Amino acid sequence: MSAIQKAPQRPVSTYLHKRPNVRLIALLALPMTWLIGVYIISLALLLVTALWFIDPFTSKVIPGFTLDNFINIFTVPAYFSTAIRTLAIALAVTLVCILFAIPLGIFMAKIARPWVRNLLAVAITLPLWAGYLVKLLAMRLTFTEQGLFNWLMEPFGITGPGFGIPVTVLTLAYLWFPYMALPVFTAIRQLPHNLFDASADLGAKGWPTVFRMVLPLITPAIIAGSVFTFSLSLGDYLAAKFVGGSTQMIGSIIASNINLNPPVAAAFSMVPIAFVVMYLVIARRTGSLERM
Amino acid sequence: MLRFSRGSRWSLMAIVSIVLIFMYAPLLVLILNAFNERQISAWPIQEFSLKWWVVAYESEEIRAALLNSAIVAFGAMLIAMVLGSLVAFALSKYEFFGKGTVNLLVVLPIALPGVVTGVAFSNTYSNFLTPAGIQLGYFGMIVAHATFCIVMVFNNVFARLKRMNPSLQEASMDLGEGLWGTFRLVTFPQFRTAFAAGALLAFALSFDEVVVTIFTAPPGVDTLPLWILKEMARPNQASVVNVVATVVILLSLIPVYVSQRLSRTENEK
Repeated sequence: MSAIQKAPQRPVSTYLHKRPNVRLIALLALPMTWLIGVYIISLALLLVTALWFIDPFTSKVIPGFTLDNFINIFTVPAYFSTAIRTLAIALAVTLVCILFAIPLGIFMAKIARPWVRNLLAVAITLPLWAGYLVKLLAMRLTFTEQGLFNWLMEPFGITGPGFGIPVTVLTLAYLWFPYMALPVFTAIRQLPHNLFDASADLGAKGWPTVFRMVLPLITPAIIAGSVFTFSLSLGDYLAAKFVGGSTQMIGSIIASNINLNPPVAAAFSMVPIAFVVMYLVIARRTGSLERM
Repeated sequence: MLRFSRGSRWSLMAIVSIVLIFMYAPLLVLILNAFNERQISAWPIQEFSLKWWVVAYESEEIRAALLNSAIVAFGAMLIAMVLGSLVAFALSKYEFFGKGTVNLLVVLPIALPGVVTGVAFSNTYSNFLTPAGIQLGYFGMIVAHATFCIVMVFNNVFARLKRMNPSLQEASMDLGEGLWGTFRLVTFPQFRTAFAAGALLAFALSFDEVVVTIFTAPPGVDTLPLWILKEMARPNQASVVNVVATVVILLSLIPVYVSQRLSRTENEK
């Protein structure tokens, strides 16, 4: 009779097997140390810096406690108007994205043949990866004074808007459009066929069906997409810098103050966070975030 | 069925065409301008040449920037691979208090505007660490990039782990294999393609990133996006930047294509 082979001793494995909590802590220790120790602490220190001030003579940051930096956001007209302008730009970008995403989604989901639909899905996703700065440069070349847009419009006697708020909105919409188009398309595609049949049987033609049935049902997807278009536009400032002419956004103020007056930059970086949180709270109330 | 009149169909098609033109015409203008003979980009292009490709190829500055981008992206990718997978394991296998918070922590660096993340790091480095005598320099940029890259690896690995059959691992342990052996022989082979796909996306994300980089790059160090940015800020932007941008388009599509392939082959099995 051969002896039963003895199982190898595995003290570490045995120890860990009996203690799921130890395993969990071992898994999370490193990532949490990094995310909290590096990132959350940095954000907290940013908030602390926002309460400091700089010495007007030496321009050195002085630790202390003042709410002036936050009060300035509301009382300095240039700061306040920039915050409002940024908010308006972010909302306009979101609106432009919605207005184009819905017809595109309807066409892709309900009219296009399968191969056209697949092609369009790829065509929409691909620019997402072309690189942020590359797209910014591309838009700049297109809308510059001697660019494609002015050349195309010349026969009609139109000269382009030049670099300013409209081109900034258009550029941001160009950058973030896929984030709106894809969820909207997916939502329309997932609507049950028989709803469309029912709507047609009840006598509704194309557009009434779109407005009274499709739109209410895809609202959650639109809101989900708008979270991206809104918050990404809100924090952006390079588009304003390169295609916005003299347009300033919240990010412009943060970026120009980070070396000159870090406390002001720190206080101002709380503004986009506040706007995004407000937007998320409103979006959450509509109950459309659970799908994300 | 959703029925539209002929007119409505045509107007929908017109809108789709406008969207497509709007999405691709600027990129086409950019790529064509990389072959523009003249110093300053304009439309229509008068004369084509490969002149700027030669200039770009021979530029030491561009080569140094490309190397920096590759080093930073590689470093950030390695850190993100370890940290992202660890979180993915914890969140996919365990139920615990604060799970939602951990998930939020992973997503936060990419959910907050880049300028906020960048300023937060910059503020910590220059107003807290430097006065304390700690100079992170080049490594500070890698730390910042790794932080927002974690989510890429996490997303891919987490999605795969969720779909995996846990009884295979239990069977392996019942048969006497330890935790490490089970991981190496059973678990890892099942999620390695997702692991690689996530790593490639993390690399691509870091390679393209510009805003956080602006605030965390040490003085005098340019990544490729920073070099493009510097060129764009010049009053007379030279056509050579279009060459670099065209190369960036191609370079950033490769990792995305490969990671798509990796995910797809695994899904079809």
